[in-house]
Amino acid sequence: MSDRIEVLKTYKTYVGGKFPRSESDRTYKITDPKGKQIANACRCTRKDVRDAVVAARSAFNEWSNRSAYNRGQILYRIAEMLEDRKDQFVKELEKSGTKSKEAMKQVEASIDRIIYFAGWTDKLSQVFGTVNPVASPHFNFSSPDATGVAGIIAPDEAPLLSAVSLIAPVLSGGNTCILLASEKNPLPLVSFGEVIHASDVPGGVVNILTGHHSEMVDHLSAHMDVNAVFNTTAEKETRKLIDENASISVKRVTHYPETDWFNEKHENPYLILEFMETKTTWHPVGN
Amino acid sequence: MSEQTQEKSTDESANGSPKPTSPNADLKLDFASFWEYSEAPESSDHVEITERYDHFINGDFVKPAKGRYMKSVNPATEEVFTEFAEGTSEDVDSAVRAARRAYEKKWSRLSGKERGKYLFRLARMIQERSRELAITESMDGGKPIRESRDVDVPLAAAHFFYYAGWADKLNYAFPGRTPEPVGVCGQIIPWNFPLLMLAWKIAPALATGNTVVLKPAETTPVTALKFAEICLDAGLPDGVVNIITGAGLTGAEIVNHPDVDKIAFTGSTEVGKIIQRSLAGSEKKYTLELGGKGPNIVFEDAPIDQAVEGIVNAIFFNQGHVCCAGSRLLVQEGVAGRLITKLKERMETLIVGNPLDKNTDIGAINSKSQYDRINNYLEIGVNEGAEIYQSSNTIPEKGFFCRPTLFTGVSQSNRIVQEEIFGPVLTIQTFRTPDEAVEKANNTPYGLASGIWTDKGSKIFKIGRQVRSGVIWSNTFNKFDPTSPFGGYKESGIGSEGGLHGLHPYVKLK
Repeated sequence: MSDRIEVLKTYKTYVGGKFPRSESDRTYKITDPKGKQIANACRCTRKDVRDAVVAARSAFNEWSNRSAYNRGQILYRIAEMLEDRKDQFVKELEKSGTKSKEAMKQVEASIDRIIYFAGWTDKLSQVFGTVNPVASPHFNFSSPDATGVAGIIAPDEAPLLSAVSLIAPVLSGGNTCILLASEKNPLPLVSFGEVIHASDVPGGVVNILTGHHSEMVDHLSAHMDVNAVFNTTAEKETRKLIDENASISVKRVTHYPETDWFNEKHENPYLILEFMETKTTWHPVGN
Repeated sequence: MSEQTQEKSTDESANGSPKPTSPNADLKLDFASFWEYSEAPESSDHVEITERYDHFINGDFVKPAKGRYMKSVNPATEEVFTEFAEGTSEDVDSAVRAARRAYEKKWSRLSGKERGKYLFRLARMIQERSRELAITESMDGGKPIRESRDVDVPLAAAHFFYYAGWADKLNYAFPGRTPEPVGVCGQIIPWNFPLLMLAWKIAPALATGNTVVLKPAETTPVTALKFAEICLDAGLPDGVVNIITGAGLTGAEIVNHPDVDKIAFTGSTEVGKIIQRSLAGSEKKYTLELGGKGPNIVFEDAPIDQAVEGIVNAIFFNQGHVCCAGSRLLVQEGVAGRLITKLKERMETLIVGNPLDKNTDIGAINSKSQYDRINNYLEIGVNEGAEIYQSSNTIPEKGFFCRPTLFTGVSQSNRIVQEEIFGPVLTIQTFRTPDEAVEKANNTPYGLASGIWTDKGSKIFKIGRQVRSGVIWSNTFNKFDPTSPFGGYKESGIGSEGGLHGLHPYVKLK
């Protein structure tokens, strides 16, 4: 009996509920800390960003119109699926040099974080909505309403946990998103796309791209059909570029240059509100 | 009082049977032949307007550093109303310094309860001087006295009253967090509701412990300077409120001043984008209340006469100088004919003229440049092939006046449908299905306010959820209240003003 040859995984992207390769047909090497190649990842560029935005926009109406209860269940389902594949993600993180204890901690924190935000879907408008006692004879109420399509720029630190911490609040309010995965280690995010895919999340709600951020951030933040940008880059030039691009179509920009993703402060509803509008409805009270 | 129209209504409901109508359904409005029109101008003798207004910095009226003044024109007479200081970087800098000093030495150290008491005082003093403020507003900006008297000024006072009460209750506003003031706020306001926009900006800022540098618009600075007098009378600590007058360049100085912590801007989307861009890379917080192109959707099952009143209020209120105006009428095909006929008849009864006349429905267009802009859009509309209809009202020979205007035969891609005109100009499109109405309603870059007219409650909630705008007026339009949040989706702005939500932009959460 000969030793079995391992089947290696081709890492692709996740767009519109499918797993296409980059339109550019280019890849870049993902290495471990010693410089040894682990895999090739897709090197996405402008066309991939545009396809992902189209997918996210098409999915927005359906996702934002799902009942809060249903969105909560689907987010919870993502956590279930991730729990089920814990070992896969631990291994993937280990390959790129994360210590195994650390990797397990990261995967478990990711699962818990999704559950935290799953629980907010049907409470947000109760805690942050209002019935407004206007002086005129009208019934008037305000409730949070999803902003639309969000572009998320994820950091390299704790690649799975950080991305999950960014995606979950955006999704729980009813937005759809395009995630630019960690440039250094996007592999767990590509696999996370498979988890999303298996969790009843409609195609296009989450879109995951890999590649050099410098080749995507400009296009993502300038795209007219993106409503909000969730940025973790602290680098000044990039920040300024995002802000300037945002002004082309009055995008909401949240800069979130965090590094400690295990901190529980990332579990708070105010992050969800960054991606919510307030809708106020009036109706006369009378005969 | 009225005469029966000859034409019988041919409207049919969906199943083909004639719609039940009241015996008076086709009566035509006709006020003119019954009553003799007699003027009822508000007296302005008791209102003191000085020849020249200076900046209000650190509790004093201060001459501009460069000594330059600009003129504010009464748009109803085209005569110079007064002169006011043109702010330069030196003026802005001393105002920001004063605001910073007041913030650190005084205002942020004051308890919420005491801050609130100052705001209550301001609210009361606005009420006490309400007549003077209303007349000033109408003379400086051209809006009908009925609106400045019944809407602008009372709502401005109400805003101060509402936020005064928040000052010592902020810990209840943000569950799980402790709010802290932001610091010095730079605020730039437009000319359509000068005193009211000042109240929207200053009241929440002061209630949350911030100090402000505010710039009113260059065509309507006077009520802001009268408010400065009120700040003095109320004994508000020096530097808590600073008013700098001037045009866009002065505003840019405020936006770009390094010691300003937050910018609040209300105005056009065009300028909003410039401001957002110039804040790129800075740590300043900002809120933007920008333009709109509000859809006003009338379904076949709507109460038509109420809807006509609503449409008039939606687009002709304040000469259409309203960012949340219902400037795009979307009417379901079955009632389009009857509705447009009724609307045209109603437009004939609108009185366009002297803003100080208590009968006036539509006052003067705010400025020459806005007047030119509106007329330019009227030309664009005609050149795009739309059919124009204007009421036959007489308008004064002098001053900037525009007749209420409708455009029919427009398509979604027309500029007059896509771009904000900011005047008494309504475009009318028809639709067949609710889906088509929603599609058309959402098909502009804006998302500020929308109207929905139907007698069916479930339809209001369904359509209201699908239309993407910050305000949904159902079976009503252009209603405002200090407790009610207001803000835009998409290119209509970022952040909310008013209500509990309006506190958020003025705090840091710890």
